[in-house]
Amino acid sequence: MAVEEKRSWIMLVVAVVSYAAYLCSVLSGPEGLPLERAPYAAALLWSVGLAIVVTIAANIAVAAASGEEGAAKDQRDREIHRFGEYVGQSFVVIGAVSALCLAMADAAPFWIANAVYLAFVLSSLLSSTVKLVSYRLGFHPW
Amino acid sequence: MRPTRVTNTIRAQRFAHGEMTQAELARHVGVSRQTVIAIEQGRYSPTLEMAFQIAAVFGVPLDQVFQYSATAPVPEGDTP
Repeated sequence: MAVEEKRSWIMLVVAVVSYAAYLCSVLSGPEGLPLERAPYAAALLWSVGLAIVVTIAANIAVAAASGEEGAAKDQRDREIHRFGEYVGQSFVVIGAVSALCLAMADAAPFWIANAVYLAFVLSSLLSSTVKLVSYRLGFHPW
Repeated sequence: MRPTRVTNTIRAQRFAHGEMTQAELARHVGVSRQTVIAIEQGRYSPTLEMAFQIAAVFGVPLDQVFQYSATAPVPEGDTP
């Protein structure tokens, strides 16, 4: 398995686990409180922060285990990375538009923040999935 | 995934050139072994420059390594 493919797996797993942990934390908040008043900021910051730290650590571990070959990206890696990011960016735009609409509709900050966070997570998932499919099933940019 | 119409004879060329390994070819071209495997199996279409580099490693013209079929290749196991 290519090192960049392993990195895509890391990104996918970390995004799913960190968002699931965040959801569990927010949904198990104080009872009787409406969801939009539930404390979410600390959980969001912790889940994003831990996801970044875990991703960096896992990438370092994969690179170290792969030796010299793991250090360099080749043309195929760069093309697949670019394609994956290009496809994944669509969800960032959708998230930004959703946040804009929510803000104009005077929605609670909870919903705006969560719309943006969900868009980042979906962007990450889509991007990783496209990369993995490209590595596994083939990539023909021409 | 749409299959590529570009086929190649990299595997045959490697064996014709002293049973060159995929790792050796990858080192000559400056890519990873996984990329050589992907090209050999038709899972990645290399750029024109990389295709020329691969042909140059074997010392043969480009069309002896890569061929383009006007009709889509039939997947193995499928009979027309």
